[in-house]
Amino acid sequence: MNAVSFTVNGREVHLQLDPRTTLLDALREHLHLTGTKKGCDHGQCGACTVMVEGRRINSCLTLAVMHDGESVTTVEGLGTPEKLHPMQRAFITHDGYQCGYCTPGQICSAVAVLEEIEAGIPSHATEDLDHVAFSDAEVRERMSGNICRCAAYPNIIAAIRECAGEKQA
Amino acid sequence: MKPFTYSRPASVEEAAKAAAATQGARFIAGGTNLLDLMKLQIETPSHLIDVNHLGLDRIEKTEEGGLRIGALVRNTDLAADKAVRRDYAVLSRALLAGASGQLRNKATTGGNLLQRTRCPYFYDTRMPCNKRQPGSGCGAMKGISRSLAILGTSDACIAQHPSDMAVALRLLDASVETVGADGGRRAIPIADFHTLPGATPHVETALKPGELITAVTLPRPLGGTHVYRKVRDRASYAFALVSVAAIFGGDGKARFAFGGIAAKPWRVAEADAAASRGARAVAEAALAGATPTAQNAFKQQLTAQTLASIYRQKEA
Repeated sequence: MNAVSFTVNGREVHLQLDPRTTLLDALREHLHLTGTKKGCDHGQCGACTVMVEGRRINSCLTLAVMHDGESVTTVEGLGTPEKLHPMQRAFITHDGYQCGYCTPGQICSAVAVLEEIEAGIPSHATEDLDHVAFSDAEVRERMSGNICRCAAYPNIIAAIRECAGEKQA
Repeated sequence: MKPFTYSRPASVEEAAKAAAATQGARFIAGGTNLLDLMKLQIETPSHLIDVNHLGLDRIEKTEEGGLRIGALVRNTDLAADKAVRRDYAVLSRALLAGASGQLRNKATTGGNLLQRTRCPYFYDTRMPCNKRQPGSGCGAMKGISRSLAILGTSDACIAQHPSDMAVALRLLDASVETVGADGGRRAIPIADFHTLPGATPHVETALKPGELITAVTLPRPLGGTHVYRKVRDRASYAFALVSVAAIFGGDGKARFAFGGIAAKPWRVAEADAAASRGARAVAEAALAGATPTAQNAFKQQLTAQTLASIYRQKEA
């Protein structure tokens, strides 16, 4: 067993973990933060997306022990039912889901996508690498690591578009 | 996953020494490929050496006017780096064509070079695979081989190299810097870094036991027009069927490297020499000696058409 300490949604936690424990399993099974979902468990579906040190990653493809001393934000840390994150509200407004299983990962990813565009990080859809700007094509490309088997994609893009507009306003 | 122990060494020398001294040890950086393979028990290390905290995450200019990229620089940061975008755009483009945003945030420069094939027979532990289990045979040759290599293959293995980044590095004549278990440092030209399968497809690189990648260096910028064209089954987040990295100079000269079609990032001097004779001549030179299966023979035409498309776009 290895001692691991990190900050999750602003709260410091201390755990004793088998080194095999993924960050995803540490969040769900040890900290009971079940908002983050296990889909494929192989980094292909994006349901497990969380932010670590402010960057979105697949929590299923990283070990909890590798994140000792770091800061993790899950969907529970973005907003609460009483005080929704603007992206959570936009997903509700635009019905950006059907079954909802991929939604926490979609929302974490979407929040990070807008920050990445704002930071000028280019994508495969960026025509001029030095001019990064919001567009539906950018969102589709950047969200390609989040699969929605109900295919709520048009409404997910509508939600992200609204949120991006609010951010710019 | 099989049980393993975990350590965080304090220096690259300590890491390399520990890796050589510990039977079954592996380095872990981003972990996006290694952990995937560990879950499937294709990789079963007894010990993981975490190299994330060794200060290998910087990009700096070299004395020769090139760039030294730390082995732990994340794919996102490398693609977004201002000097890379300006002077080595083909590398930015190749990186951005690979994986997903989440994976690029974690995957590293060194780890990307070491990622393993996505041959479906390598991934399926019920199937024979000479790469996964030497001597067990190859399920792919008479099986589902649509995605696999047509160049650099052997009687033992037809797996394709999956990396986009490595194709751009091959084009740019990058060099891989390492530290060995004895503390010795060396630089391996990218052309020699990946090895062909031959009779030993489980051996994939020139690295010795315990040897750790510390950086990748790029020579001075070449200028010219940089292109990375990736053809795949869906618009995003898929491995290449064919990819072409190219740099066109203003003098009719060009250089090319290819991904998705070969056992390692593919570059042929004759293809570069054929640049002024057009896409068809380049394709013929690049594909010389190809040994396709019935299922992946289409990659020859796809390579030629991808090159033709790049030429058309360049002339437009």
